[in-house]
Amino acid sequence: MDQQTIALTIVGMAAVTYLPRLLPMLLLTSRSLPPLVIAWLRYIPVAVLAALLLPTLVVRDGVIDLSLRNLYLWAAVPAVLVALKTRSFFATVVTGMAIVALARYVFGL
Amino acid sequence: MTEPSASSVAAPRAGGRGWFSGIVQVLPVVLGYLPVGFAFGVLAQKAGIAVANTVLLSVLVYAGSAQLIAVGLIAAGVPPLSIVATTFIVNLRHLLMSAALTPFLRRWRKSELAAFAFELTDETFAVHSTRFVAAEAGVEPPHSESFAINLTAQASWVFATLMGVIAGQLVTDVEPWALDYALPAMFIGLLVLQLRTWIHALIALVTGLLAIGLLQAGLQQWHVIVATLIGATAGVGVEQWISRRSR
Repeated sequence: MDQQTIALTIVGMAAVTYLPRLLPMLLLTSRSLPPLVIAWLRYIPVAVLAALLLPTLVVRDGVIDLSLRNLYLWAAVPAVLVALKTRSFFATVVTGMAIVALARYVFGL
Repeated sequence: MTEPSASSVAAPRAGGRGWFSGIVQVLPVVLGYLPVGFAFGVLAQKAGIAVANTVLLSVLVYAGSAQLIAVGLIAAGVPPLSIVATTFIVNLRHLLMSAALTPFLRRWRKSELAAFAFELTDETFAVHSTRFVAAEAGVEPPHSESFAINLTAQASWVFATLMGVIAGQLVTDVEPWALDYALPAMFIGLLVLQLRTWIHALIALVTGLLAIGLLQAGLQQWHVIVATLIGATAGVGVEQWISRRSR
């Protein structure tokens, strides 16, 4: 693919990414939503983050991998503990990355 | 010095303090974005995407997972329309995030919303939803703070992209640095901060397992949004059931 086609593809990607970000804000902020809808929207953050994260940890190369070789899954355990204990985002990221780097170095995973 | 409390309730405070506290609040996201943006820059460089186009992706699209998927698709020679369609599906989840923030954005001007929405990512969404909920009972956070969070986050993303492109010629493999784990680790931090009650923990588990099941059932790209819709509905269901029983 030549660079000009890539540039045009990027403009298309930008448009279809921006509209879902923008439209609910523009259309919904001016009206008051029913309490049930607001209650539902409150569960969106936790649901969407879990839906993004868990498959990343468990599904490796298209198959569910619960074996000890799945570093993504087992490195998550200390990262979750650090997150619960410290409530610190930074400590969580550093812990997760350090454990993955260390395990690869030591065990050659 | 005392705060003029009456005016700060009526209108959000503007100025330097909002910008400073915004930058402080977004620093954890920046620390996550640096390695991931860097990895994206390296991979884009290796896929033969020009520097200008790589930076354009981080400036105009600004969505980590979609950008990484697009690099793979461009390298594989997938037709442009398929790449745009895939991007649309992958990023459709922002529709729900945008909707989830609307109850807190009632007093915003349309032009402010247009600028704010452009930089809505998984990570900035998590930061904003946490701080808006925390501030709900009290003073509305200043708009300058909200924009400082967004601008700092994207600036770090673009900067890291550029560094990755430059380093791309030198680095052969990103795995030994665990750069590939920066994004999952960031999501772990974001998710744990959202677990306010046991219902939240339950919904996280159920939604995550559902997303895995849907992915295994062959629902590639759609699994996140379908699982989220069902998971949030289940959350309200459990909440309603409990409040009805306790009555």
